[in-house]
Amino acid sequence: MSRQSAPQTPLATAAEDRGNPAEKWDLRLYVAGQTPRSLAALANLKRFCQEYLEGRYSIQVVDLLENPQLARGDQILAIPTLVRRVPIPMRKIIGDLSNTERVLVGLDVRPRAS
Amino acid sequence: MNPPRSAPRRRASDSLSLPKAATGIAGLDAVTGGGLPRGRPTLVCGAAGCGKTLLAMEFLVRGASEQGEPGVFMAFEETPAELAQNVRSLGFDVERLVAQKKILIDHVEIDRSEIEETGEYDLEALFIRLGYAIDSIGAKRVVLDTLEVLFASLGNEAILRAELRRLFRWLKDRGVTAIVTAERGDKTLTRHGLEEYVSDCVILLDHRVTDQIATRRLRIVKYRGTSHGTNEFPFLIDEDGIEVLPITGARLDHAAPSERISTGVPGLDEVLGGRGVYRGATVLVSGTAGTGKSTLAAQIAEASCQRGERVLYFAFEESPDQITRNMRSVGIDVASPLRKGLLRLQAARPTLQGLEAHLTRIYREVRGFQPRLVVVDPITNLSRGGTEAAAEAMLMRLIDFLKSAQITTVLTTLTSGGGPREVSQAGISSIVDTWILLETVESGGERNRFLSVLKSRGMAHSNRVRAFELTENGIRLGDATDGKRQVRKRPANAPRSAAESGGRRPRNRERARK
Repeated sequence: MSRQSAPQTPLATAAEDRGNPAEKWDLRLYVAGQTPRSLAALANLKRFCQEYLEGRYSIQVVDLLENPQLARGDQILAIPTLVRRVPIPMRKIIGDLSNTERVLVGLDVRPRAS
Repeated sequence: MNPPRSAPRRRASDSLSLPKAATGIAGLDAVTGGGLPRGRPTLVCGAAGCGKTLLAMEFLVRGASEQGEPGVFMAFEETPAELAQNVRSLGFDVERLVAQKKILIDHVEIDRSEIEETGEYDLEALFIRLGYAIDSIGAKRVVLDTLEVLFASLGNEAILRAELRRLFRWLKDRGVTAIVTAERGDKTLTRHGLEEYVSDCVILLDHRVTDQIATRRLRIVKYRGTSHGTNEFPFLIDEDGIEVLPITGARLDHAAPSERISTGVPGLDEVLGGRGVYRGATVLVSGTAGTGKSTLAAQIAEASCQRGERVLYFAFEESPDQITRNMRSVGIDVASPLRKGLLRLQAARPTLQGLEAHLTRIYREVRGFQPRLVVVDPITNLSRGGTEAAAEAMLMRLIDFLKSAQITTVLTTLTSGGGPREVSQAGISSIVDTWILLETVESGGERNRFLSVLKSRGMAHSNRVRAFELTENGIRLGDATDGKRQVRKRPANAPRSAAESGGRRPRNRERARK
């Protein structure tokens, strides 16, 4: 589908000793142009992944200005939006990812407070 | 394909004000003086189930199919399949329009449980998404149904409000004619105060239940730069979509034709200045049960059909078969004009629907069939569907509408036995042109029918009471004084009350004394 045409920016893909190697995280970050907020989100995401998911993640950045049809196809409303496609279930996190605690909870790295 | 809708009443000021986009929704364009503000957003608010989504969808469907304006429907609540199914009952084939790329439905799915907010964000993706949808089909119209779902899904109200403000400005910049729907709030028009962002046009829909009968109403709360009706207009949702009853009755500018038409009863034409009633006049036939109101109405209808004119007959008491049979027994041929398509009989139980629903149906039938004469038999039953004041207002609207179309109208009304007939139906008697009273008087072991014309505008009419006979060859008017004199001549050998022997006058006096 058109999703394949999305520009991919694989930032890091490496095997990791800890954790289940089969459980590779597939993350997609939706942005609209190179706004400060988008850049901040990407920087936060990279930092977060290196710290918690070293070697078992891939990040794809989707610029909706270049691929506007993906906003509808992937049900995106807010910018920036981070989508965890794998592992399932799918998770969506909106915002610049500045609140690491909320990111951890949102991605189920850390259990949600009950 | 559609019958001509009643033309919006244009005033000189309207043409100078905002350009408008016709909705194509029956009646709404008349109420708004031409449609919604072109290139601007309109807010449509109301409680759940009041018809917001349907109105918005009809606006798109009619725009796409009749005005050559493609439209985008951004649905925050329903899926495209649900939407298509919901409006299919209104005769809209949305799926076909979608396939023809005249309508695009984008379902915005927001699952609160899978969204986490982590810092600053905006709704740029929504703008990109809407912009892409608009561009992909060249849309001129947009519906957002309903934006307020966002308030439930996204936690940061400050961001949301700023983005909504930006969205409305963006819609204007794009120059699309938009409908934004919103739920009604407790004290405010909308639950989240969306009215503060929309300054051009706000429409409120209402679905009220009075006496167990539901009525839909529409009101233009605000329409900048346009003179608009401020009243509540009843509307109906049926198999042809939405129909708004636009008639306000505030203006009296009907043409008054001088043509006269025969009632089909020779004696009655004579009473009415010798030439019958005016075309386009409203004729009220009132009387107690069994006085022959329906028969007189049918006779007038038959006469009209014999002139080759179409007649629409609304029967609220009898089935078409029953009417045909009963009229045959008094020599009135209903069956052959029915066969020829000159006469259309619409029978319905009045309690099945609200008053407005009935009148809207009458309105629609009239526009479709284009009759020269309309019979409503009887109007009494209509008022059971609502309060008396509401019934009166609706009848006034109906009479107004028929009059402006120069359609002659015969209304029958049942007065309860012994009631002061000049008082009952007083409300509408002032707006009818010709009022015929039928009554029965019992005397000497027989009941005799009498006819008198209580009023008839614009003609010299007889003030004499006539005998009204139903014969095998139709209605015959006799010299009434004979009947009366006979009554008076009869020796009072049997004990009889004053009321029985003297006809109606003593009875009235009795009433006055009470």
